[in-house]
Amino acid sequence: MSLSKEEVLHIAKLARLTLTDAELEKYARQLSGILEYVDKLKEVDVAGVEPTAQVTGLDNVWRNDAVVGCDDETRSKIVENFPEKEGDLLKVKAVF
Amino acid sequence: MKLNELTIAAAHEGLAAKKFSCRELVAACFDEIRAHDGKVHAFLEVFDEEALARADEVDKKIGRKDSIGLLEGIPLAIKDNILIRGHIASAGSKILENHSAAYDATVISKLRSAGAIFIGRTNMDEFAMGGSTETSAYQKTGNPHDPTRVPGGSSGGSAAAVAGNMCIAALGTDTGGSIRQPAALCGVVGLKPTYGRVSRYGMMAMAASLNQIGPIARSVADARTLFHAIAGRDPLDAVTVDKPLDESFNHPVTLKSLRVGIPKEYFIPGMDPEIERAVRALGNKLGKAGCEVKEVSLPHAAYGLAVYYVVMPAEISADMARYDGIRYGVRHEARDLIGTYENSRSLGLGDEVRRRIMLGTYALSSGYYDAYYKRAMQVRTLVKKDFDDVFRSVDVLLTPTTPNVAWKLGEKFDDPVTMYLEDIFTVSANVAGVPAISVPCGMKNGLPIGAQFIAPQLGEEKLFTIASSV
Repeated sequence: MSLSKEEVLHIAKLARLTLTDAELEKYARQLSGILEYVDKLKEVDVAGVEPTAQVTGLDNVWRNDAVVGCDDETRSKIVENFPEKEGDLLKVKAVF
Repeated sequence: MKLNELTIAAAHEGLAAKKFSCRELVAACFDEIRAHDGKVHAFLEVFDEEALARADEVDKKIGRKDSIGLLEGIPLAIKDNILIRGHIASAGSKILENHSAAYDATVISKLRSAGAIFIGRTNMDEFAMGGSTETSAYQKTGNPHDPTRVPGGSSGGSAAAVAGNMCIAALGTDTGGSIRQPAALCGVVGLKPTYGRVSRYGMMAMAASLNQIGPIARSVADARTLFHAIAGRDPLDAVTVDKPLDESFNHPVTLKSLRVGIPKEYFIPGMDPEIERAVRALGNKLGKAGCEVKEVSLPHAAYGLAVYYVVMPAEISADMARYDGIRYGVRHEARDLIGTYENSRSLGLGDEVRRRIMLGTYALSSGYYDAYYKRAMQVRTLVKKDFDDVFRSVDVLLTPTTPNVAWKLGEKFDDPVTMYLEDIFTVSANVAGVPAISVPCGMKNGLPIGAQFIAPQLGEEKLFTIASSV
């Protein structure tokens, strides 16, 4: 399965990545190589086989939908990590 | 024997008997780090002041004649993707260069309560993506047996720290072999628990359905001690199981009672014949010790790696979406929000990480989801079924851990698929969610060889029993 540069650009956009021209070429080549390897999955007869999303066999694990709160120290450490802030508020570029 | 070369059991005994102080034990590790980590580069950061202060507290407790727990005062190294409150946790990536953990991972809280001392954070492949620790954005780690060679990955720093006697034991994480493979290459013991045994809360996610935290240690007994300390149901990780740690509690496992299967698909052309020889010799040894040893088959073994390299990148593409420069880590601002995401991610994330994100994004994208992701999930069912089936006639499997011993730094770095093939014997255990352990079983030209035992889900006690006999 060979990927075109256009396809790689499309994937990069979905993944919120930008690539240089050199990277575009390199990734097109490398991703195609990996996809070629995983193509061997096509050899397997999967008719009627249920997909496995998780291996624990667990069903829904519930908890109460209740506010637990956060201690001040943890809260201040989280705020400290904000790359840009105004007071205690996280500052970002406008969405629109 | 130097204090930093002791096992957990021996160190505990020495502390309790006052043969040496906790400060001396911790200082011995730092002495070793000072003497050799300049060549090995296992650690990204050492917490010397804090560790020595904790050591003094343990010494005071011993001085008061209070009894101490098995892990109390024991110096542990922690992989850089596990959160220790107040410390930088960067997952070996530049995008989290300045990120300080706001809380303890559950495994860290548990170890803290047990009195263990965290002496530093260890190097790793960036976001745990790699098999040689070479994708770390910070430094390359060398193998203590030969620092021009790789320690394996992604928990290469932790494995090198243990093998190099720079700590008593360590924690790593394993998604496709990242504990077992470096343990094998460095000549130490590494356990990947059953999926769901150990809480992932506070561990940076890399493929949520495959990940586990596990111990790396110098003895099987130590691995067991650490496993017992960190395992257990956690309301903060919904997939953790509420089952007794020793599921054979009422029927103790004895070596002779274990039937050992050697899957024929795990001896492949191109693997090091010395590794095959060592593992088969181990099989013979177990046979002589009274175990029933026989050849078995895992018919879909050849597809395990392909399943892994679709499912894992797909899950990663979701797990990595949070690293966008917004709430934490390094932000590279642009004119607009999308530009900020793109810049922060493209400048902050390395090559291998971006490669896997794109692979996963592709596999999940419209038009390709069925052909790749859904198909991989179906083959996953078949891989898991192989294990369920084989464990009806045997109790544990014996396989090589890796196809090669430690290779030279830089040797396999250029072609992704070549690197991925080093995981070929380890990934299926993650795909099926079963526990597996690597133990040293020989050397080739001074480089360690690891043997892997695999057990059914929740069968860690079987692993400890058989691995102790090696």
